[in-house]
Amino acid sequence: MENTAPQLFKVTIDGVEVEVPPGTTILQAARKIGPEVAPPAMCYYEPLKGSGGKCRACLVRVSAGSAKDPRPMPKLVASCITPIQDGMVVENFTNPQVVDARKSVVEFLLINHPLDCPVCDQAGECHLQDFSYEHGVGTTRYEEDRRTFEKEDIGPYIQLHMTRCILCYRCVYTADQITDKRVHGVMNRGDHAEISTYIGQAIDNDFSGNVIDVCPVGALTDKTYRFKNRVWFSKPVDAHCECEKCSGKVQLWYRGDEVIRVTARKNEWGEVNDFICNTCRFERKQTSQWTIEGPTKVSRASVISANKYSKNLVTKPDFALKLAESQYKKIDDDRPYLHEMSDIQQSEDYKALMAKDEKYFGHK
Amino acid sequence: MKILTEHINTPGIETFEVYRKKGGYTAVEKAIKTMSPEAVVEEVKKSGVRGRGGAGFPMGMKWSFLAKPEGVPRYLVCNADESEPGTFKDHYLMKNLPHLLIEGMIISSYALGANKSFIYVRGELMYVIRILEKAIEEAKAAGFLGKNILGSGYDLELVVHPGGGAYICGEETALLESLEGKRGNPRNKPPFPAVKGLYQCPTVVNNVESIATTSWIINNGGEAYATYGIGKSTGTKLISASGHINNPGVYEINLGLSCDEFLNSDEYCGGVRKGHTLKAVVAGGSSVPIVPGHLFLKTANGEDRLMSYESLSDGGFATGTMLGSGGFIVFDETACIVRNTWNFARFYEHESCGQCSPCREGTGWMQKVLNRIEHGKGSMHDIDLLVDISKKIEGNTICPLGDAAAWPVASAIRHFRDEFEWHIKHPIEATKPGAVYMKESVLA
Repeated sequence: MENTAPQLFKVTIDGVEVEVPPGTTILQAARKIGPEVAPPAMCYYEPLKGSGGKCRACLVRVSAGSAKDPRPMPKLVASCITPIQDGMVVENFTNPQVVDARKSVVEFLLINHPLDCPVCDQAGECHLQDFSYEHGVGTTRYEEDRRTFEKEDIGPYIQLHMTRCILCYRCVYTADQITDKRVHGVMNRGDHAEISTYIGQAIDNDFSGNVIDVCPVGALTDKTYRFKNRVWFSKPVDAHCECEKCSGKVQLWYRGDEVIRVTARKNEWGEVNDFICNTCRFERKQTSQWTIEGPTKVSRASVISANKYSKNLVTKPDFALKLAESQYKKIDDDRPYLHEMSDIQQSEDYKALMAKDEKYFGHK
Repeated sequence: MKILTEHINTPGIETFEVYRKKGGYTAVEKAIKTMSPEAVVEEVKKSGVRGRGGAGFPMGMKWSFLAKPEGVPRYLVCNADESEPGTFKDHYLMKNLPHLLIEGMIISSYALGANKSFIYVRGELMYVIRILEKAIEEAKAAGFLGKNILGSGYDLELVVHPGGGAYICGEETALLESLEGKRGNPRNKPPFPAVKGLYQCPTVVNNVESIATTSWIINNGGEAYATYGIGKSTGTKLISASGHINNPGVYEINLGLSCDEFLNSDEYCGGVRKGHTLKAVVAGGSSVPIVPGHLFLKTANGEDRLMSYESLSDGGFATGTMLGSGGFIVFDETACIVRNTWNFARFYEHESCGQCSPCREGTGWMQKVLNRIEHGKGSMHDIDLLVDISKKIEGNTICPLGDAAAWPVASAIRHFRDEFEWHIKHPIEATKPGAVYMKESVLA
């Protein structure tokens, strides 16, 4: 037995074991293993406190609550807000109920979302597009009218198109936590809820532009970039500058020699850790204003990575390898290697196997 | 046996003098002068009284889960945001017996060690809020509220807070958010309110009726309370009866009363209105599954059904229902189940907070499909679609509103599928004013 540090909890997600400190959520533990087992997240945004639990895209089945109390949890739980327990066993992609629930979340999110990706500015870097491609079905059963809204300009830089909004509340948390004076929130309830500013006010804040980056869909877009270019025709480059307001770490998006857009850097999960100010985002659009670090390492979740939608979706080879690796370690090498069938038939393993399912092997 | 409504017909019982003359506030005196808070909790535990708001969770157990960290205030919040269609018992209790609730609040706050307690009243009931505020003033003047109650050194301030008029604020964590002055969105659980509730402090949220029982329990003892009722459903329950019955109103019943007696005896509902037959019953407010009349009176095994938590849920969702919050709605054969289901779905669409996607989008979707069926534009696969949507909502949401929206639709289709099919197959007949599908087998 190897000695594990007492402060780490052991969790098994889709058959892969991982050790994480207490207080970690299931989603974070799964992300630690890798993208193969990480549940999708439409509303959860790690840097924003209090986010998560709303979209239900990350629902998982907890088949054993903890080592002390191995009863399964009665309902599917939102992995982004459920803290892990020692010895917890979680089923994600391996549980048909979870896969089914996720399919239905895609369906629910899409019933009031226009299916006009070709004319949407977010296409290519839209989380909902990825989510529905990976977890949804190709058809819809919704026949009624969709909810529509007029486009709304909130401030000089940002346009809000509520029709596309999936009410993830990320921008509300951003406005609440990154900017100092929040005039931006959710009005009304139910399926007529909408994101709006306090009686049509403009968002006037140096960090307001970050709501564009956190928006998973095309509801909040950059007015200085809207419809200038498709994202997959532009080239992202990491750059930084000395900014007195923010970290100054950005991505410049080039078309030819021209900087057409500046955004904050997103990590593997599409999350921004270093929020940037509006001066960097909207006003520094000359290469001379930046120190170039080099081309952005394109992550899994970007349309820039070629053939993204055609590979690795079903087979998940990395996941299989990790599973095989973890199972391989459990094989006991001390036992003798048997050659003869008669020896095999007398071994304890063989007897146990036969006792388990005689009919299957056709022996008496 | 009348535990809560014994003096309800006494003239002037809403005033402090009359209530006091009828033995009011003796329980406060007994609890604060002679009992420790732990003893009060113990007494409530012994009574086995279950939460009357709908879920039926044992109240003493809920109280004992309250975290008690040092130096952090604890709160008691009374959930008087009664908005379930069909339920109007708390309204009745508060407007007629405000002091019973105040007395219960003092005892419960004392038991939990809360020095500031809140009564969150549904915003539409402004006049009830005034009645409660007047009652609090009277109790304060008599020394039962405020600083150093009855010379014991225990302080309690009682605040009546009007809600903004949203059904979702009856969900305990949404209620707490609303009480804090925020948008009434339910919180993610865990942490539960018993650990982090109002202002991130340990909080207990109880229904009006649950809190009102405590004064009787303290006066007569928890064991005496437990002698009423049946099995784990101890004591009495207020049932607000409405619909096609002869005597609609609020009744206090001994739990364990037979459903047949409750529905048909003149003491209670007085039977289905004359010349009509029983078709269906919603036994505990709009959220619980609707059941056809014969399954309400007898369980699937042919046993008599009783008005208790266990008996009503006998048979699970296939043939049973729930006691819920006691909103008892009776339908005779003139009621259209499709129209009623659509009406309930419309309510839940309107009241969903819009936070989590299955409920936000699913309730609206179900309402639209039901609207189509009701107006003669449905198709056969819509019925299966409804069942599927309700399954996808149920259990996948943050709070129980999703379940509450899904159950009535799923149960209506389970028991009255032929009626839905009739609506779809005969759109012209079905959309005539007053048109109702009738079939002998669904009538009791």
